[in-house]
Amino acid sequence: MPILEGQDVTKHFGGLAAVSHVDFHVDQGEIVGLIGPNGAGKTTLFNLISAAFPISSGEMRFKGHKLNGLKPHQICKLGVSRTFQETKVFANISVLQNVLVGAFFGTPTRVSAADAAREASQALEFVGLTAMSALPTKDLTMVNQKRTEVARALATKPELLLLDELMAGLTPAEVSEAMELVTRIRDKGISVFMVEHVMKAIIGICGRIIVLHHGEKIAEGTPQEITANKTVIEIYLGEETHAGS
Amino acid sequence: MDISKFTSKKFLLVAGLVLAILVFLVTFPTYGSNSEVGIWVTILMYIILTVSWVIFSGTTGYMSLAVAAFFGIGMYTAAFLYPKSGPLLPLPAVIIMGGLVSFVFALLTGLVTLRLKGMYFAIFTFGFSVLLYHLMVYYELQIIGYRGQRLTPITNVTAFYILLIIMVLTLLAAYLIRRSRLGLAMQSIGESEDAAAHMGVNTTMVKVITFAISAFFMGAAGAALAPKWEYIDPSVAFNTFYSFMPVLMAVFGGMRELYGPVIGAAIFAYTERSLRLRFPYYYMLSFGIALILIIIYLPGGLTGLVPTLKDKLGGVIARLRKGGQSERHANT
Repeated sequence: MPILEGQDVTKHFGGLAAVSHVDFHVDQGEIVGLIGPNGAGKTTLFNLISAAFPISSGEMRFKGHKLNGLKPHQICKLGVSRTFQETKVFANISVLQNVLVGAFFGTPTRVSAADAAREASQALEFVGLTAMSALPTKDLTMVNQKRTEVARALATKPELLLLDELMAGLTPAEVSEAMELVTRIRDKGISVFMVEHVMKAIIGICGRIIVLHHGEKIAEGTPQEITANKTVIEIYLGEETHAGS
Repeated sequence: MDISKFTSKKFLLVAGLVLAILVFLVTFPTYGSNSEVGIWVTILMYIILTVSWVIFSGTTGYMSLAVAAFFGIGMYTAAFLYPKSGPLLPLPAVIIMGGLVSFVFALLTGLVTLRLKGMYFAIFTFGFSVLLYHLMVYYELQIIGYRGQRLTPITNVTAFYILLIIMVLTLLAAYLIRRSRLGLAMQSIGESEDAAAHMGVNTTMVKVITFAISAFFMGAAGAALAPKWEYIDPSVAFNTFYSFMPVLMAVFGGMRELYGPVIGAAIFAYTERSLRLRFPYYYMLSFGIALILIIIYLPGGLTGLVPTLKDKLGGVIARLRKGGQSERHANT
């Protein structure tokens, strides 16, 4: 059953169609990958789902609720949380306080201080940052700042998590850890929609992959289907093969 | 509840210090001269304006230059409710009305302007102060036909006690907001407004409400000062000087801790009062230089020095203690 559905989703920036007539869905309990060359509109699509800016035309639904016209904080309270391609941690406050923001404000009902503290420490433990919870977030390495964002998003008790390039810039060992983290998030019952360039990760954990190019959806399918798809190889995967050889 | 927090040495020290300062201030008019009380009125005024500015701007990073606007609204509220011809309301009610009218103005302007970011917000709030100035000039000259308003005067001592109460309430509000979830929301906005919104913070509401709370105290201070000055006109009430001073004082004192803006405002106001008469031309110049030096060498302000000093002194004290102990060991 789809938890998130988009129909004919379009976003224009002036004359440029950053996302153009895209249909997509994420099923309950699924990990869906979103790939495509730079500038394909992946992050724009995430920004439309989380209402960072309004959609030009089309419709999106989350668990049957129409998302059009909602504000970012309302989307979050409905149960859609996210991380950012360029990390947007609250740099000058502690890691714990970062996660507390999510715990206090991310849910539709008022949360008591004790519950928020418990929720935050659970989220920190889940991503493995308990030992660093008192540090100023700016003192953390990039991979740990990304984990802070994941913990902060988890503290809002989402049903759908949007991960924007969680693995970019990570070492192979860190990528494996992150893949394991994403799988554990799914096993908690949270559906995951992830933008990623690290193909190993995408192929390893996604049940389904959507490919964007110039704002349009050019392919969709299982990892096997996508890696065998001629258009995708030409437009996107091919580049990597060349770069790799 | 953890009781040890309230019996710890540090807590007792801070509580004792705050109490001592309060006792000093409350009893001051009994032994201070009238002109000294007058200096304290100015100091209290600047502390209120600076701390209430920091409540909003220091945390969210939205630089408001509307202090003069809300301060002036409070003054004109007092001028209408506490005129020379006879007060329409008792003084405490006038002070509260001054705060409330500013609060409402801040809510309305906040709803319109807090969508603006960075420089645009600063420019708008500055323009708002200037706009109110011109509106009042127009109102006085074109509509009522005379410039300036006279008020039923109050003494220095009365103004002193009213401002003291407002200052305590301002500090209390600032302290409670800092420790509350509202304070956390404001901090998250200051760090990254986008991320805050995506984590469920209703950023517009948080900004508008705290902008209005800070305006309440500015307005109340204006309403307390207008009857002390006995006469106000638009150039007194909406003087943009009052928009810039709190910013300078907060930067001077440092904004990390609550006592930073208090110390900044107190030192700044005191030196201003004592230097302005003796060196009318040089005092602003020396402030300017002092401020530039502080921004370059002490980005955390004066009180930003405290942690650094603590580290250094702490090391020295620890070494001395160690030395003392080993000596004692040697003696026994």
